[in-house]
Amino acid sequence: MSSNIDATAYNEDVIKKFALAAVFWGVIGFLAGDYIAWELAFPALNLDLEWTTFGRLRPVHTSAVIFAFGGNVLFATSLYIVQRTCRAALFGGSALGNFIFFNYNLFIVLAALSYVLGYSQGQEYAEPEWALDLYLTVIWVAYMIAFIGTIIKRTEPHIYVANWFFMAFMLTVAMLHIGNNIAVPVSFTTLKSYNVFSGVQNAMVQWWYGHNAVGFFLTAGFLGIMYYFVPKRAGRPVYSYRLSIIHFWSLIFLYIWAGPHHLHYTALPDWAQTLGMTFSVMLWMPSWGGMINGLMTLSGAWDKLRTDPVMRFLVTSVAFYGMSTFEGPMMAIKAVNSLSHYTDWTIGHVHSGALGWVAFVSFGALYYLIPKLWGRQEVYSLRLVGVHFWIATIGILLYITSMWISGIMQGLMWRAYDQLGFLQYSFIETVAAMHPYYVLRATGGVFFVAGSLVMVYNIYRTIKGDVATDESYAAVSKSAV
Amino acid sequence: MASAEKDPISGIYTTGHEWDGIKELNTPMPRWWVYVFWACIIWSIGYWVVYPTWPTTTGFTPGIWHYSSREELEKELVNQKAARSQWLSKIDAASVEEIENDKALRNYALAGGRIAFGENCAACHGTGGVGTPGAYPNLADDVWLWGGTLADIQQTITHGVRNDDPDSRNSVMPSFGEDGLLTAEQIKQVADYVASVSHKTPAAGSPGEAIFAENCVVCHGEGAVGNKDVGAPPLNTLVRTFTKPTSEGVAGQVTKPKMGSMPSWGRRLDKATIKELAIYVHSLGGGQ
Repeated sequence: MSSNIDATAYNEDVIKKFALAAVFWGVIGFLAGDYIAWELAFPALNLDLEWTTFGRLRPVHTSAVIFAFGGNVLFATSLYIVQRTCRAALFGGSALGNFIFFNYNLFIVLAALSYVLGYSQGQEYAEPEWALDLYLTVIWVAYMIAFIGTIIKRTEPHIYVANWFFMAFMLTVAMLHIGNNIAVPVSFTTLKSYNVFSGVQNAMVQWWYGHNAVGFFLTAGFLGIMYYFVPKRAGRPVYSYRLSIIHFWSLIFLYIWAGPHHLHYTALPDWAQTLGMTFSVMLWMPSWGGMINGLMTLSGAWDKLRTDPVMRFLVTSVAFYGMSTFEGPMMAIKAVNSLSHYTDWTIGHVHSGALGWVAFVSFGALYYLIPKLWGRQEVYSLRLVGVHFWIATIGILLYITSMWISGIMQGLMWRAYDQLGFLQYSFIETVAAMHPYYVLRATGGVFFVAGSLVMVYNIYRTIKGDVATDESYAAVSKSAV
Repeated sequence: MASAEKDPISGIYTTGHEWDGIKELNTPMPRWWVYVFWACIIWSIGYWVVYPTWPTTTGFTPGIWHYSSREELEKELVNQKAARSQWLSKIDAASVEEIENDKALRNYALAGGRIAFGENCAACHGTGGVGTPGAYPNLADDVWLWGGTLADIQQTITHGVRNDDPDSRNSVMPSFGEDGLLTAEQIKQVADYVASVSHKTPAAGSPGEAIFAENCVVCHGEGAVGNKDVGAPPLNTLVRTFTKPTSEGVAGQVTKPKMGSMPSWGRRLDKATIKELAIYVHSLGGGQ
């Protein structure tokens, strides 16, 4: 079928804004994370000021990386992909796109400010208070209108798999956001509010939200990214259409039940714990369906791993995705969880997914997207993309291996008894034992931040229109266009 | 719309769809993937049969093992208590002095006291009881505020210091400077004197000595040896909790004294644990 829409009709100005915001927030979020990692190793770094304590800066880090960096990446890629794969210009045009861009990023700034000033609902990944929650709801509805509106007016007969994942992501996030934020403000002139649920019900709703924020924001959404950029960059067809259907529906059906595995061995009733655990185990293969489709799409193009560092980011991200989605179900098994729960192992697990999967697939997508958006043939320097890749990979490995060791050590120390039946270690001794691993982890973070600064430079030169002259990647640049 | 075509590399046909140049192969799902998926589902169903799982209108399906994590915890606690009862009954029956003189019992109490100290006391007094300079007393030296015998230590732990427990250790040092009981000049003189006593070179006949005798001896004692009944620290030593044993340090404390407080642990810990703690703290270096 001949294209009945001219590429110039796609709305790409707003995509550019989202892409740049993603790069900006990425650096901010990584820096904030590394700073609080150093705070854990050397508590004096909190400067003895309430605004810079770990408790207030941690949500700044998590919101900056998940919602600011991840969110802007998702907006940029989903709104780019939906136009291209539907062969339709953005529904609502620049006006709606800009509305989403400005308000979402203003929301991020206001949320971060509120945390630093001490306002928090005290619910992980759902810290913003009621007024900000309402604001975000309006923005999210605008986003859904833009995306689904574009799908409705598509000129392609079928909806591409990436768009299924994006729709599952935005629909579920809307439901989660509302469900977990039903709160009663103390008064309309204060930000403070109380959730309608209390005690274990509150915990249950919070982890239904928290786990599916990971499942739908950081997994389904980013699988949408993977399903476009991997085949595009590899120049190969998607490995299996059937697998994509089965793993899509099984993933979204099973994921939503898995939240209670965050509450093993707590006041949560046993039956809910069982459900959370078994649905997490059943989730293993549906998650791996995405990995298989990502990796096997490279069959016939494996040589690109050697020659194309952008492809290396994308493929490594899928490998980390596979590793994390095996580790997750394993940690959800109660016997394993009794060791891993509340330890740094959990932090390591989250970061193998967040740095290895989410950030790497985002870097791959940005390195593909930004030259395209600014009409460049390729990024300024593929060699620097390779430098970024290796620095960031070393950073991730330092991070997750130090957290594996410290987490398992911590879990074993907590449960160690002497022959008289007394605990062998007091809590304070286990904290002291963590110190060297905290230093290692924070050092890993320095590598990761440094890598992102290399990316900033590379993207700046790309947008400026420069081309590095010493490239040995000339052949890749041509073939990847 | 593009029609299905054979991919030359894999030999598999595409689905015939195309989006922005992306096509899809119609590869069957990998067999191993399907089998492992089924295995996980069957394993889960088996788990549901055995363990409590599905909510019902009246409760939940209990599973054929009738497992309950709450019951399991209670059972473990009972077992743990039973395993310790042989020792605990002896600790309960004995006084701290008797425990101290029974080698086996003392070793047991030290093991229990060490971990109880780490969990409850170390946050202020530091691991090993070395204290926090300027804030919390060192328990590993031989200077005691409220007495260093086993019974003294047991009493202090049980009721704490300056809290709302009616039996808590209690005393207030007057704010000689703030409340105008002494002039700045007098404070300087007495501080000079106390610093000289701390350095074992008492300035006999100095004006500070007279001020000390008139105002301080009542609590800190002749020769500044301290008085554990009112928690008045000995001043004839370089050991201090809140300040340095210098003239400036003493002057600050005389002007507006800092005084510590400590929770009433008898409200939080059982008697046996407190006895173990007393034995442990007594052993740290300065027990009397």
